[in-house]
Amino acid sequence: MTDSANRLAELARELLGDKVSECIVDRGEVTLVIPRDRLVDACVQLRDAGGLGFEELIDLCGIDYAEYGVDEWNTDAAPDTGFSRGVSRDAASHAGTAHPHRFAAVYQLLSVSNNQRLRVRCYAEDDELPVLDSVIGVWRSADWFEREAFDMFGIIFEGHPDLRRILTDYGFIGHPFRKDFPLSGHLEMRYDASKGRTVYEPVTIEPRVTQPRIIREDNRYPTPGSDDA
Amino acid sequence: MPEIRNYTLNFGPQHPAAHGVLRLVLEMDGEVIQRADPHIGLLHRGTEKLAETKPFNHSIGYMDRLDYVSMMCNEHAYVMAIEKLLGIAPPLRAEYIRTMYAEITRILNHLMWIGAHGLDLGAMTMFIYAFREREYLMDAYEAASGARMHATYFRPGGVYRDLPERMPQYQSSKWHNERETAERNEDRQGSLLDFLEAFTDRFPTNVDEYETLLTDNRIWKQRTVGIGVVTQEQAMQLGFTGPMLRGSGVAWDLRKKQPYSVYDRLDFDIPVGVTGDCYDRYLVRVEEMRQSNRIIRQCIEWLRANPGPVMADDHKVSPPPRLEMKESMEALIHHFKLFTEGYTVPAGEVYQAIEHPKGEFGIYLVSDGANKPYRVKIRAPGFAHLASMDEMVRGHMLADVVAVIGTQDIVFGEIDR
Repeated sequence: MTDSANRLAELARELLGDKVSECIVDRGEVTLVIPRDRLVDACVQLRDAGGLGFEELIDLCGIDYAEYGVDEWNTDAAPDTGFSRGVSRDAASHAGTAHPHRFAAVYQLLSVSNNQRLRVRCYAEDDELPVLDSVIGVWRSADWFEREAFDMFGIIFEGHPDLRRILTDYGFIGHPFRKDFPLSGHLEMRYDASKGRTVYEPVTIEPRVTQPRIIREDNRYPTPGSDDA
Repeated sequence: MPEIRNYTLNFGPQHPAAHGVLRLVLEMDGEVIQRADPHIGLLHRGTEKLAETKPFNHSIGYMDRLDYVSMMCNEHAYVMAIEKLLGIAPPLRAEYIRTMYAEITRILNHLMWIGAHGLDLGAMTMFIYAFREREYLMDAYEAASGARMHATYFRPGGVYRDLPERMPQYQSSKWHNERETAERNEDRQGSLLDFLEAFTDRFPTNVDEYETLLTDNRIWKQRTVGIGVVTQEQAMQLGFTGPMLRGSGVAWDLRKKQPYSVYDRLDFDIPVGVTGDCYDRYLVRVEEMRQSNRIIRQCIEWLRANPGPVMADDHKVSPPPRLEMKESMEALIHHFKLFTEGYTVPAGEVYQAIEHPKGEFGIYLVSDGANKPYRVKIRAPGFAHLASMDEMVRGHMLADVVAVIGTQDIVFGEIDR
């Protein structure tokens, strides 16, 4: 599995040349990082070039790296010795290092003819207004997937003919899967008997954390990047 | 000259043929569809966001609720993604149990599909027949996991518990006398495997019954032959997978092409269609039920001969046995850690796909080394299929929309997530 992944990574690097800015092989899966301005060209090549032949776009999703590597276990007062869970070792060191930009779109490709998979990641350079090029001209299945990424993360896909919201309510404001959007949302809806219609009101519940998010270094598992899993 | 305008028809969201909460806005020229615009999201619960705020194991139950007619298959993809990130493997017996239940689930799903599809196209009997068999398999779910539908049975490292040695029995009451009760308990005298074997013995005959009703039925063929034709190139462009892709003649099945669990040790065939219309997809799915039956039989045989553990012996991930906890301090610590904090998963990203009854169901899991996933993306097969609705129904009649919805095997739990 790892051999074939390495071979695919090699081939993709060779064929795409400078369109690939980074190529990661991890756990038998290949991830290509492609800069935004080369994305569509690279995708056409990924689809058509012999040996690659990724004729299916299986999935496209947005991802928000704003809180990558941040945990919720803040115990400044806890002693360094004693129970280890109180020590916040890595909260700062993880944050913001792994990914250059906040938003990215991740494409999962499948080649039916060559029986292989590939993942493409493309970062949106502007964190305030993330814009990427639409790949709808390469794979038509990108249509709804891009609409979903727009709806959930606010990533704008330039060239998409019909970039509407898809999963959220009519008239929804905000992008719910962004990390700064609260889990409980902003509005709640109920039927008001006196008005005889449904009304929207600010939420009355507060999001709470029952189990904190903890990051632990655990040497039982392989470290990311080392490909022996 | 009178002005001729297209008519816009609102179909759903509450419509018996909408398979849940599909709202279709149809632009019609007379009775011919010019454009179909599905509005989805009425069942959106934000499963992916919820999963980000919970330790890994807590979301297994959410997976059941995605595609609520093929519960364990959803779990399968999710636990396999976690296992891939952790780098652990379940024991072989657990893999066989998973495979057996995945195939039971495939039959459950296809029965639901044939029942609902039949009902939509006027074959009322199918629904009753299909639900009779579903009931039996639901009991098999219940015997293993304790729940008829939302099982939460697959866990990272194996399955929750081994298959029971005896089946629960019906009690006689004032509505069911002794003789009736004995009849109902006939299959339940032995273990769960005996119970399932009794099912596999008669299920091919049941499928024959369905085929007698439908395959050569004139009305059925009029409603499905040549409806919603998708060519191979179209199917791949549109991201089709599973029976929708195989119906168009592409021999692609992850169980054969990228085998997971123990599919490489089992003997089964993959049916492939020719024309890519609703009728071919019907034939493909019916044959898949027969093949699943074959797989279940092979699994039963193996499981009878090979007892053993069903959970990996890694107590950082799987809870220690209750008895051990009473005596071992370490087991107690493991238990406490596991149920307060969960387990941390090494940083990385994986995409794990399985051959779900509806197509390729995938979980893209990103971990930053925490005890909760950083991002979970659920790749639902129905989402890509429904997206093609416009292309599939354009130029067809209104009544064919129902046939196309049926053939796509739409379930909103997974599409809206």
